[in-house]
Amino acid sequence: MTTLPPSAVDQAGFVVELEQFSGPLDLLLHLIREDELDITDLPIAKIADQFLGVIDDLGLSQAADYLEMAARLLRIKAQTLLPRRPGDDEWEDPRAELVRRLLEYQQVRELVDWLADAAARRAERFARGFMPEARPVPPAPLVVELNELLAAAERVIALIPEPVLHRVVPRPLDVEGATERIQALLGEREECSWLDVVGERASVVDVLSAFIALLELARRGALKLRQDAPFASIVIRREPPRAAA
Amino acid sequence: MSPLAQLLEAALFAASRPLAVRELMTLDPQAGEAAVRAGLDELRAAYAAGHGVELVEIALGWQFLTRPEHAAAIAGAELALRPRRLSPAALETLAIIAYRQPVSRVEVDEIRGVDAGAVIDKLIERGLVEVVSRGEGLGRPLLYATTPQFLEILGLKDLDELPRLEELSVALRPPAAPA
Repeated sequence: MTTLPPSAVDQAGFVVELEQFSGPLDLLLHLIREDELDITDLPIAKIADQFLGVIDDLGLSQAADYLEMAARLLRIKAQTLLPRRPGDDEWEDPRAELVRRLLEYQQVRELVDWLADAAARRAERFARGFMPEARPVPPAPLVVELNELLAAAERVIALIPEPVLHRVVPRPLDVEGATERIQALLGEREECSWLDVVGERASVVDVLSAFIALLELARRGALKLRQDAPFASIVIRREPPRAAA
Repeated sequence: MSPLAQLLEAALFAASRPLAVRELMTLDPQAGEAAVRAGLDELRAAYAAGHGVELVEIALGWQFLTRPEHAAAIAGAELALRPRRLSPAALETLAIIAYRQPVSRVEVDEIRGVDAGAVIDKLIERGLVEVVSRGEGLGRPLLYATTPQFLEILGLKDLDELPRLEELSVALRPPAAPA
């Protein structure tokens, strides 16, 4: 199994990083360097296995970025295993995107070294009145008279809008009641209309209850629904009880 | 030293940040840019040897800095503190922003392969990075760029002092087409 890079251990005293690597690309690059692999011709199966091994070892499995890279590696590995015909020029190396990113990232790492050197050289020189960190000027302490404070509080209170209270009355659907009513109606006659069920001045809740009850009864085969034209009144017709039932 | 060089010396001593030539020109309305630049050269020559400080061109301006050979003693006596070192993650993010600016967070994330949001926020807090505009495209993302403070902590005159990408040993080029 792989060992940690010495540089990460050396710097650990100075910069506390949550992980030894600044990201999955950093880890990948480390593995490639350690085995002296050719980035442009990555042995993807090998590198994928090592990557998964290190994630296990370092307990980095919490980090989504590492998991995403692991998934990407496994996908590329699967793609390279797919058979392909020699004359297939449509085929693009599934590693190409990863290789491009690794090369780009390698360039960033080189710049990081350069920047770190420059910062270290600069740290050997002090400017006048050098402060470790540019701190924001703290706000001046607040000086207020009591009556000013009270006046301010009153202004704020005046801005508070009157609360508007709404009373919410629960009114659940009464599907059972509607079912009983429909069954009673159909007990008296063979056919009735929608208006017979809900009445002239039905509330929304009544309409919904009746409608659900009708659909349920129709599903059970207790009645048949018929509507002769769009928006026409629904005709409800009793179904003879099935002999088999 | 000429009177103008002495005036520049006084101003640079009084200020605790790099002063741009444009700012120094306001010291003396009679002096043009060429005279100020000549005065700065004179001042730099005067401090080139035999002094504990020297005049340095840094962060788009000029500033007196102590000579490197005195750093250890000054820091050891706790008369001044060395700046906190930047983490590798911070340096990576700075490198990408410096070269791609103005750049969106998503682009930085993509190159680094990790979510860079928290690191960028810290760099903004330290004054090394700032939001300069909004990009085109989905959600009009914020675009980030480096600040003069970034140049200052690296001791750079300007962004042109950063290494050119083609000078790096790993010049970014498209992966070689399979033969």
